Amino acid sequence: MADTAVQTAERTRAPGASRVLYNTFIRNLSAKIAAAPMVLTVLVVFIGCTIWTVYYSFTASRLLPNNKLVGFDQYERLFATARWNVSVTNLIIYGSLSLVFTLTIGFVLAVLMDQKIRFESAFRTIMLYPFALSFIVTGLVWQWIMNPTLGLQGTLRNMGWSSFTFDWLNNPKMVLYAILIAGLWQGVGFTMVLLLAGLRSVDEEIWKAARIDGIPTWRTYISIVLPMMRGVLVTSVVLIGSGIVRLYDLVVALTDGGPGISSEVPAKYVYQYMFSGGNLGQALAASTMMLVTVLIIVIPWAYLEFGGKGRRS
Amino acid sequence: MKKFAVVAALATAFMGSTAVKAVDLEVTHWWTSAGEAAAVAEFARVFEEQTGNHWVDSALSGSGTGANPVIISRIIGGDPMGATQMNTGRDAEELIQAGLMRDLTDIANEMKIEDFYVDKSLLEPCTYEGKIYCFPVNIHSWDWLWLSTKAYEKIGEPVPKDWNEYVASWPKLKEAGILPFGLATGWPISGVPGVLMSGLGGSDLVLAINRDKSGDAVRGPEFRKVAEAMDALRKEISPDMMVPSFGDVGNQILAGEAAGNIHGDWLQGDLQVAGGVPGKDYECLPALGLGDQLTGGGDAFYFPVLPEGTDPAVIQAQTDLAKLLISPEAQLAFNLKKGSMPIRLDVDLSKANACMQKAIKLLGNGLLPSGDFALSSDTQQQLQDLNIEFLDDDSITVDDYVARYAEIIEQAD
Amino acid sequence: MSQTTTMTGSGPVTRSGVEPSGPRPKPFFTPPRIILYTVLVFACIYFLFPLYVMIVTSFKTMPEIRFGNIFALPAQWTGEAWIKAWTSACTGLTCQGLSPGFWNSVKITVPSTIVSIFIAAVNGYALVNWRFKGSELFFAVLIFGSFIPYQVFLYPLVVITRELGIFGSLWAVILVHTIFGMPILTLLFRNYFASLPQELFKAARVDGAGFWRIFFEIMLPMSLPIFVVALILQITGIWNDFLFGAVFAGTQNYPMTVQLNNIVNSAQGTPEYHVNMAATILTGLVPLIVYFVSGKLFVRGVAAGAVKG
Repeated sequence: MADTAVQTAERTRAPGASRVLYNTFIRNLSAKIAAAPMVLTVLVVFIGCTIWTVYYSFTASRLLPNNKLVGFDQYERLFATARWNVSVTNLIIYGSLSLVFTLTIGFVLAVLMDQKIRFESAFRTIMLYPFALSFIVTGLVWQWIMNPTLGLQGTLRNMGWSSFTFDWLNNPKMVLYAILIAGLWQGVGFTMVLLLAGLRSVDEEIWKAARIDGIPTWRTYISIVLPMMRGVLVTSVVLIGSGIVRLYDLVVALTDGGPGISSEVPAKYVYQYMFSGGNLGQALAASTMMLVTVLIIVIPWAYLEFGGKGRRS
Repeated sequence: MKKFAVVAALATAFMGSTAVKAVDLEVTHWWTSAGEAAAVAEFARVFEEQTGNHWVDSALSGSGTGANPVIISRIIGGDPMGATQMNTGRDAEELIQAGLMRDLTDIANEMKIEDFYVDKSLLEPCTYEGKIYCFPVNIHSWDWLWLSTKAYEKIGEPVPKDWNEYVASWPKLKEAGILPFGLATGWPISGVPGVLMSGLGGSDLVLAINRDKSGDAVRGPEFRKVAEAMDALRKEISPDMMVPSFGDVGNQILAGEAAGNIHGDWLQGDLQVAGGVPGKDYECLPALGLGDQLTGGGDAFYFPVLPEGTDPAVIQAQTDLAKLLISPEAQLAFNLKKGSMPIRLDVDLSKANACMQKAIKLLGNGLLPSGDFALSSDTQQQLQDLNIEFLDDDSITVDDYVARYAEIIEQAD
Repeated sequence: MSQTTTMTGSGPVTRSGVEPSGPRPKPFFTPPRIILYTVLVFACIYFLFPLYVMIVTSFKTMPEIRFGNIFALPAQWTGEAWIKAWTSACTGLTCQGLSPGFWNSVKITVPSTIVSIFIAAVNGYALVNWRFKGSELFFAVLIFGSFIPYQVFLYPLVVITRELGIFGSLWAVILVHTIFGMPILTLLFRNYFASLPQELFKAARVDGAGFWRIFFEIMLPMSLPIFVVALILQITGIWNDFLFGAVFAGTQNYPMTVQLNNIVNSAQGTPEYHVNMAATILTGLVPLIVYFVSGKLFVRGVAAGAVKG
């Protein structure tokens, strides 16, 4: 494919050069130089820092890294900590719901926006604006709205609907769903925009062909356009997924992990033990566990994505 | 007169040493609320007036996850500030070991700080291998029971004189629809056990747990009283009664919606800003009205080692600031605004309000190390997690609570 | 060729006789259209509800906020909070509101956004069209990196930038944003470029166009929508970032979020909610304007048009 084209082109331009040397260093030199920042970042930052993380999770590091190795002590403590275990469970529940809802709502909204509507820019900005505002304050606003006395419940009850109940924020069993409401509010808009960009990249010929064949619009979306958007969908899943794993600000602003510890999440545990608790070893052990989990999910995907030789997504 | 002479003499000394040129000294801290900022402004004023240098204010809100990472990163990244507020104790130890914090021992000796620090134990967390690396600038205590005059007027009873009378008044308060104990969500609950410890358990218990890290003391009968009191408290508190910030609890107390609250002395700043007058709108009981010693600790300032090639005038400014922070003039001005107690009592405290006067009296009996002073941040974080969990989850019994508390204390280092 | 008119909000009018893209264009008042707009309007109510609360709160006085209904309109409108948030709210000892950090935020955001998007776009392009040995592996690691809570890397990055001698400067903060933006952005561009018709690239190669020429003259013009997405992502993330700006940029470059945090997060006292709301909206205005303005670039058919053209 591209490679053949490349070779043909290069060969015509560099006659007589030592082929092997040329192929290793000079061929596609621009491409190699261009990729250098990525290679460096991967090697130094992502691989280097991951090794750093794993190594120091086996030490008794406090505020700063130190080399006092303590074996699996940090992990034993981690697994014995109620707060950590609650955090993990919460992340699984919140994560699966958030992924499904963000994708579904995002896609539906994107399709609606794709119908040649008036005021598209306005609609898009409205759906996207929560993404731009700092969660310190928007979290507070959601706190007010969901506060039983201040917010919706109190207002509607005052207006005469006395049985109306919406107290999820104070209910340990429902608090995750309260966070989900605010989380979707913040994140759906961006997924919508991303998917919309995907829809817009689908070749017009496809639509024409589908129309000529008399396929209903909704079926064209589901069975023709959606599969063609695989790249953008994968991007969305990764984006949503990384947002879920890193979930921190939202929880701090909305519940601070409460009531009790019922809405704690792993990233909050990591961050607090790292900076407030001054226990780097413990924080890095928790963070290593998060990395391992991500690996377990990412490796099968990477295999599917790159395993089949030469297949392009 | 004598005091004035000292201040004047100090002032001339500073002027003499730095009059050559004015320099900028950056100071980081997390005192961003109105009351706190007003207190810091006093430090800045004294510093600028007396040395002619310029205080560059770098406020970063939120101690733990807000300011801490920035302060620590900048120190290890080689872009240190001139002076910084920091958590005392073990947290800074590694920065000291790495040679990143300035040794203040010479300044301490020159000023003979041992002579005027009201309690020598305050300096312990600043001391590492016999040398002094930070100066505590105030004394804060959690040990206060705040009571609402209005709430007790409503039920027609006198304001309780101690914890036991207060607990006895709960049924009647509830009948009148008043919240017996107001509480904000999150960390404020974590200060309560320590207060109960010194009030109900006594000084020995505090020392055994906070200083000696004795798990047996936690499992003993004295601590059990504390755990049971916590249990009694959580029965009166439900999530929908809790308010977002402790300042809101202050408002509840002034309005008579909540009868009482255990919280640190900084609550008073809020009560006063809201127009409350001690003795009239609210009452304060140090050590729950039972104990005769307060637990406490101080906010401290560190002075990072500045990179090579720094203007000597800046280093001199650092020295001057260190001296000034604990000078009588700055101490008085700062602490009156901050609502905390000064680290030295050779200042004119007649302007201090009724509650602060009570505290100063108790200071004479010596200061007990509070948990947030004597325990590492790690241990504090674990205890906070436990307390928050216990408060909300009734399936954790008093026995579980004691057992887990003991375990955390035993693991503390 | 491309059908740009409808995307800029000018309505479903097709100017030329060209067959429009997407589903069949429809008149404004048909039942499906009414349902469509109803759904969108309801979605917008959900999205706008908190903004409504923020805006009415920002125009109220403190006593009204404390004792009144949060949904009620202000009894007495006052713009005081907005003025205070911008010019005189205290952040520690300085009481100049958000304004002093504004230009610092611009200084951080503009170069960081440009550099991070440019590098990631080149990465994506190289990964799709100029594969080299191991490029897919690097990419897989990069994706893995997008899941790491980046706070974990704070200390190593402090040490790296210190050793590079750039800690405490704009260079450091640009570097950090480029690094943390790289995984998602590279993924974004790689997957987008991969979905573009490859014939174009091949044709350009045969014509003898090199790496950069193809990138600038063919790939970039075909990728406007995805550039807008990347721009939205980066502007938002960098503009709202507090930690990296405060740590790496140096005191002289403290971004606006430092002041926002100080205004909003005061540990003590009853917060001035109206000022907080105003400050938050003010801080969010820059990304919001970018969202709105960049919408013009958010057009369908760029890719297709380029292919045909």
